[in-house]
Amino acid sequence: MLKDEKDKAIGPDVIPEIPTTHRLQWEQAQDCYVILYPEGMVKLNASSAEILKCCDGKRDVKTIIEDLQKQYSEANIEKDVLNFLEVAHVNGWIRTK
Amino acid sequence: MSMAGSEQNKIPQPLWLLAELTYACPLQCPYCSNPVDMAKVKSELTTEDWKKVLREARAMGATQLGFSGGEPLVRTDLEELIAEARQLGFYTNLITSGVGMDEKRIKAFKEAGLDHIQVSFQASSEELNNFIAGTNAFEHKKEMARLVKKYGYPMVLCFVLHRKNEDQIRDILDLSIALDADYVELATTQYYGWAFHNREQLLPTRAQLKHAEAVAKEYQDKMKGKMKIYYVIPDYFEDRPKRCMDGWGKVFLTIAPDGTALPCHAARQLPGLEFPNVRDHSIEWIWNESPDFNKFRGFDWMKEPCRSCPEKEKDLGGCRCQAFMLTGDARNADPVCSKSPHHQQIVDLVNRVDKMAGKPAFEEKPMIFRNMKNSKKIIEEKESELN
Repeated sequence: MLKDEKDKAIGPDVIPEIPTTHRLQWEQAQDCYVILYPEGMVKLNASSAEILKCCDGKRDVKTIIEDLQKQYSEANIEKDVLNFLEVAHVNGWIRTK
Repeated sequence: MSMAGSEQNKIPQPLWLLAELTYACPLQCPYCSNPVDMAKVKSELTTEDWKKVLREARAMGATQLGFSGGEPLVRTDLEELIAEARQLGFYTNLITSGVGMDEKRIKAFKEAGLDHIQVSFQASSEELNNFIAGTNAFEHKKEMARLVKKYGYPMVLCFVLHRKNEDQIRDILDLSIALDADYVELATTQYYGWAFHNREQLLPTRAQLKHAEAVAKEYQDKMKGKMKIYYVIPDYFEDRPKRCMDGWGKVFLTIAPDGTALPCHAARQLPGLEFPNVRDHSIEWIWNESPDFNKFRGFDWMKEPCRSCPEKEKDLGGCRCQAFMLTGDARNADPVCSKSPHHQQIVDLVNRVDKMAGKPAFEEKPMIFRNMKNSKKIIEEKESELN
């Protein structure tokens, strides 16, 4: 949930993390990562999962983009990462500090 | 980078395991979804039986686990089962009335790895809460809700709405805010189990619903980003049926206290089905092979008007249990659908309640409370009808 008053909109300097109410987990039976939360689950595609795995409460968005850019040589990765983080934030899968 | 949340699996997996650990409960809510003949169930699964269920369901891909009942806190091995489930990788939900809980147990559950607690309330006032629950639990529930938050759990508060508490909706939401709930479920009574017996006394009026819906919407807007409010519209007031359980044997697997495996917790009443038991079969066989779990998969079982209906893939013909309870045949269309030839009986009932609600003679009719004594009485009545 987005209760924390300090929760900020997604931008290069904020640090995203998965809230304690949620859990990111590999599911063998689904062959994908999922986000689990009270009475619910969302399946993630590979790229979404890679981004969420970076939301460790240590790295800021800028660093996450840099780290992912090193792994993937696709153009436009910054825009895609920001878009996904916004979706994740709105859905409460991550919070920011 | 799109999310794949709505992706459909070709072979369904039981993603949701509902473990009904016991039918024993200190509460007597007259809308309980447990079967009215629950007194017939004598022997509960052992701790080891449950661990086997957890292991097998997890191997099949289940991720969400609800510990439910009855009141799951009655089981003294709950801590042990939570630990086992968490270690297997389940997201563990405890669905409880809070009666039978104390700080020591909340702490022990946390140490065992419990992820989330849902606490039910019966009303926003002590008097009505205790009347509906049939026990003095209101103050204790509030205290438990505070402790749930203190120990860092996400907290869902669940209120089952009906004619007797529907007008408290504003107080209910204010209470939820005061208790710092993360999620609130405003679930209008579904008429299964005990609720079906007490339909006339529980069914809200259209005016009550309209009011409740407006207030829920107001609070949804006001609390956006702070508290998620789910308002479930009661299907007796709809003209298309719900996509019940997201499909028969598609997502949900319920294991009843005696090990009976069910595609939903209400399915036990359906005639002509002898649901398999986890004492005799593996979860894999039950889910994939058993005739009962395959009975209403796909579309071949459907009768008209569902069979040729362009909306059948959307709602799957609604709820099998409701079709059986209201028409005598589980293959019929759910009578909530206006295309069902039986739809009028629901409309008539809603109209009747609209007309009679508030009249002393109508309101004074006592509700049948959910307890083992009443269950035995209902079983005896049914048996004497048959003889």
